[in-house]
Amino acid sequence: MKSFAEIENIRKENNSRLTLENDNSTIRVVVGMATCGIAAGAGPVLDALKSETSKRNLSNVVVSQTGCIGACRLEPIVEVYEKGKEKVTYIHMTPEKALKVVEEHLEKGNVVKDYVLPETIKEDGTVQDMAKTAFFKKQFRIALRNCGIIDPENIDEYIAFDGYKALEKVLTSMSREEVVETVKASGLRGRGGAGFSTGMKWMFTANAEGDKKYVCCNADEGDPGAFMDRSVLEGDPHSVIEAMAIAAYAVGADEGYIYIRAEYPIAVQRLKIAINQAKEYGLLGKNIMGTDFSFDLDLRLGAGAFVCGEETALLNSIEGKRGEPRPRPPFPAVKGLWQKPTLLNNVETYANIPVIINKGADWFSAIGTEKSKGTKVFALGGKINNTGLVEIPMGTTLREIVEEIGGGIPNGKKFKAAQTGGPSGGCIPASKIDVPIDYDSLIAIGSMMGSGGLIVMDEDNCMVDIAKFFLDFTVDESCGKCSPCRIGTKRLYEILEKITGGKGTEEDIEKLQTLANAIKTSALCGLGQTAPNPVLSTINNFMDEYVAHVKEKRCPAGVCKSLMKYVIVADKCKGCSLCSKKCPVGAISGEIKSPFVIDSEKCIKCGVCMDTCKFGAIEKR
Amino acid sequence: MEKVNITINGQAISVPKNYTVLEAAREANIDIPTLCYLKDINQSGSCRMCVVEVSTARTLQAACVYPVSEGMVVTTNSKKVRDARKTTLELLLSDHDRKCLTCVRNRNCELQKLSEELGVTDITYDGMTIKHDLDESSPSFVRDNNKCVLCRRCISACKTIQTVSVIDAVNRGFATQVACAFDKELGSVSCVNCGQCIVSCPTGALREKDYTGDVWNAINDPDKYVIVQTAPAVRAALGEEFGFEMGTPVTGKMAAALRRMGFDKVFDTDTGADFTIMEEGTELIQRIQNGGVLPMITSCSPGWIKFCEHEYPDFLPNLSTCKSPHEMFGALLKTYFAEKNGIDPAKVFVVSIMPCVAKKFEAQRPEMGGKYPDVDVVLSTRELARMIKQSGLDFANLPDEGFDDPFGQESGAAVIFGATGGVMEAALRTVAEVLDKKPLENIEFEAVRGVQGIKEATLNIAGMEVKVAIAHGLGNARKLLDDIRAGKATYHFIEIMACPGGCVNGGGQPIVNAKVRMDKDIRAERAKALYAEDKKSTVRQSHKNPDVDKVYKEFLGEPCGHKSHELLHTHYTARPKY
Repeated sequence: MKSFAEIENIRKENNSRLTLENDNSTIRVVVGMATCGIAAGAGPVLDALKSETSKRNLSNVVVSQTGCIGACRLEPIVEVYEKGKEKVTYIHMTPEKALKVVEEHLEKGNVVKDYVLPETIKEDGTVQDMAKTAFFKKQFRIALRNCGIIDPENIDEYIAFDGYKALEKVLTSMSREEVVETVKASGLRGRGGAGFSTGMKWMFTANAEGDKKYVCCNADEGDPGAFMDRSVLEGDPHSVIEAMAIAAYAVGADEGYIYIRAEYPIAVQRLKIAINQAKEYGLLGKNIMGTDFSFDLDLRLGAGAFVCGEETALLNSIEGKRGEPRPRPPFPAVKGLWQKPTLLNNVETYANIPVIINKGADWFSAIGTEKSKGTKVFALGGKINNTGLVEIPMGTTLREIVEEIGGGIPNGKKFKAAQTGGPSGGCIPASKIDVPIDYDSLIAIGSMMGSGGLIVMDEDNCMVDIAKFFLDFTVDESCGKCSPCRIGTKRLYEILEKITGGKGTEEDIEKLQTLANAIKTSALCGLGQTAPNPVLSTINNFMDEYVAHVKEKRCPAGVCKSLMKYVIVADKCKGCSLCSKKCPVGAISGEIKSPFVIDSEKCIKCGVCMDTCKFGAIEKR
Repeated sequence: MEKVNITINGQAISVPKNYTVLEAAREANIDIPTLCYLKDINQSGSCRMCVVEVSTARTLQAACVYPVSEGMVVTTNSKKVRDARKTTLELLLSDHDRKCLTCVRNRNCELQKLSEELGVTDITYDGMTIKHDLDESSPSFVRDNNKCVLCRRCISACKTIQTVSVIDAVNRGFATQVACAFDKELGSVSCVNCGQCIVSCPTGALREKDYTGDVWNAINDPDKYVIVQTAPAVRAALGEEFGFEMGTPVTGKMAAALRRMGFDKVFDTDTGADFTIMEEGTELIQRIQNGGVLPMITSCSPGWIKFCEHEYPDFLPNLSTCKSPHEMFGALLKTYFAEKNGIDPAKVFVVSIMPCVAKKFEAQRPEMGGKYPDVDVVLSTRELARMIKQSGLDFANLPDEGFDDPFGQESGAAVIFGATGGVMEAALRTVAEVLDKKPLENIEFEAVRGVQGIKEATLNIAGMEVKVAIAHGLGNARKLLDDIRAGKATYHFIEIMACPGGCVNGGGQPIVNAKVRMDKDIRAERAKALYAEDKKSTVRQSHKNPDVDKVYKEFLGEPCGHKSHELLHTHYTARPKY
């Protein structure tokens, strides 16, 4: 148990240590050890760095782990900090490369340029901080402020950068009402998807009558391709814990749960460590820091159902019941966990709170647009060069994200659309690429902010197939409670299957629209109500593709196998027979040195022939 | 209750603050279609048939769960609403085994009715359906998930009302189905066969196991002497199957119908009930006087018995050792009656018409019989109605007839066995008089009547304070037993019936549409018929029934005597919970 004064000492000491403030000799080396880094092989790299530095007695080198640095495609990443020098970022590291970096850079002082991110090498040959590259230049980090910088398993490093200062501020100098007012004034809206005012939610829970209240965190991130919350929890778990304690103080709760999916083992592990550390320091538990405020926090693991990200289903799941939504009202703020008033926010929302408290509502609300304040974290994926985790100020245009931060589309292909909001969202077509990313602009064009998945599609993506992909997901993830979602999404999927299978009619497109609208208006929960969005938005923006599928029995992007065939262009075929030899079903025949032909009846459309042909003689039609 | 002002379809109305939109609309005489809603049992907003437009929400809301609020504007019949409901219904039908013609619930199916009311003439959507195997493992009922609409009414009845919880939703999305844990069959879990799931089901997904064929075969078999007996609660509800108002007793017409169907003898289980009172009353007196295990708990309800065996085996010594009335009567028919009339007991075939499907299981218990089973077949009230229809009888216009001799007389005490508190009252009418050794001034024990979940009374009998309690519905039984276990309550005598309201609302009774259940309390309405019949009876106490007295004199000797123990008493077995 520590006092705020002791915490302040830890802060000063560690801030100085980590920023190398008065330290000319120490070299700080960090390795990105979030799930992405570990999957790419960061573990052995970290081990190699540690053992090699100790073998060489480099006592001035401190090697530690950190969370997600953001640039997924470059993992494993190692960064080197030295006072007075620009940070050096090594990418695609291996243990062998690590040995060389220790010898050349850490011991002899020569940057191993072959391994550094090429964009960081300036024309004069010197190396600059990765933060100055296009990927990072337009980003603004609030929720991710500590990710990739501190060791998430060391509370002192969180404290070093203003950690738990906001908690101290509210406990020592703010009334509960002032905290709620600050959050309200900041304009922060829920980062889980729907964008409800966070301050209002806090106020409702604070005003609700109850002998017991709960504060919960929704860490059941489930959108395909989304990993914002995981990264925050893996990189900076204390920011969420601190925020939850602040929220508990504000609404009058004394107990909280973080509901996190069991598929996030590293986040779970780091949260456990963080909670224990916070308890040890007296930042959680009874009479926090000697005040009369008590708050206990625990984890509840989810089994991975997407619907458990819906707030009432999540509460059911925490209670040990089947994860199914409850009708609202009553809202959780009035009757939540075990029928008690409950505040529920998502990970990213919480991660903003300590900064808002520390820097003030005005500072926060100056960032972003009129109605969408602050920043938003996106998991940038799909057909884009710089895949990764990005945090941008609200109001940044989709074009800036795709072309500047994302570095454009690979292989010179054309941008076709971007999907935000995952299976609940819609696609934004190329014609609307200049849309500013904020809650209301996205809704206005038939998509939604969602929790932060951003999937980029190029001309090779079939939009009917995309709709089918998302529907496949929602059909699988529907809880089965309400009929429109349980049966309706299945029927939507079946119609899409019919269309992509070449058996669709124009009537089917109408049927899709009617059914999609009916589900949207009558399903019980947010999952069902938004499940038809991918269908509706692709129909609205890419009707021509649907029409091509049903009228011309043609898939313009060449994705739908039933509607496509492989042909050998006679002029280009040299008659080498390689494709014929590789064809797994013997569908290609011909005589050497004269053009071969594909028997469409036998062809299973695997595409091996096309990959094999050295002369580009095989085309998809 | 404070009221709020709302507008429904332009009509201003003031309703209590705690109302749902559905309740408010009902008050304004506006009908909203429902499917998953079942008053007091299931209010989950899951089927989405009752969606309406409300000024306080963006999307359509389920009227059955949406609370009213001051100034709210509700629209229940806009195009948007009608389209959404119809689409939802078509979706449900697209995943439904639409064999209405051969379905047991034909013309009494809420889904079928909705289809008619919403004007579904064509099902726009088709696609995959999952073929489910029937679960016929239970001797009492059949589950057919091909007809299940996943309204979850059965789950709520089982879980919330009965606290038996052997069924729930399993799997998710389109593959969701109602089933037991680990894919076990209903016959191999701690299901108590109460059948409350059946009477909660809006469709034919749950039905009693039909034994009418066996009964027709017996009737048609010249070698068989077929005796039928009917439980008290049957007469209180059978009329509903033939258009009679709920709560109309049809005892006379029922006896006439049974006779015309070809049964050799038509008896009344009430006679059995009078024997039960003689035995159970004596047992209670003996337990009180000899320091036996108390509280003694009634044993007439087979759903309760199985519940006790699975969930409260520590209370097995508290159970009265008496068989239930129809089993007692069956035992006497195959011994005393057969002997007296020179009939080979092997040829006697006893059919019990019961408001209950748990009795089907009970009759198959090995302990219920000696050389022959006491009862051969148990039919529910619904199955009897079916047989009457198959017989081509104009039920409504049948004359009122009595039961056959030598058991033509029964007591009013036996009649009220069919309602919660009835067994208790019948027992008290005899026990009090026997112990007090003087006639009772008032034989009506009002304190033990009514539909309150748990009833308690303290009575002064022969200078002794006798504490009694009555619980109906197994959820209430659980509460009562938990209190006793925790030492919070002590009693001498307890009546427990598995079904809410007692046998009148048994799992074998006619199924009442959820709409009707919104306005009528089945339990109270049907009970009225029984109390009316009791009032009319000339003999209103079991020990005053001359037919019963005769059997004791001629055959049994004395209550709880040697012969009684052999024929009319039994024992119970602890069963595992899982």
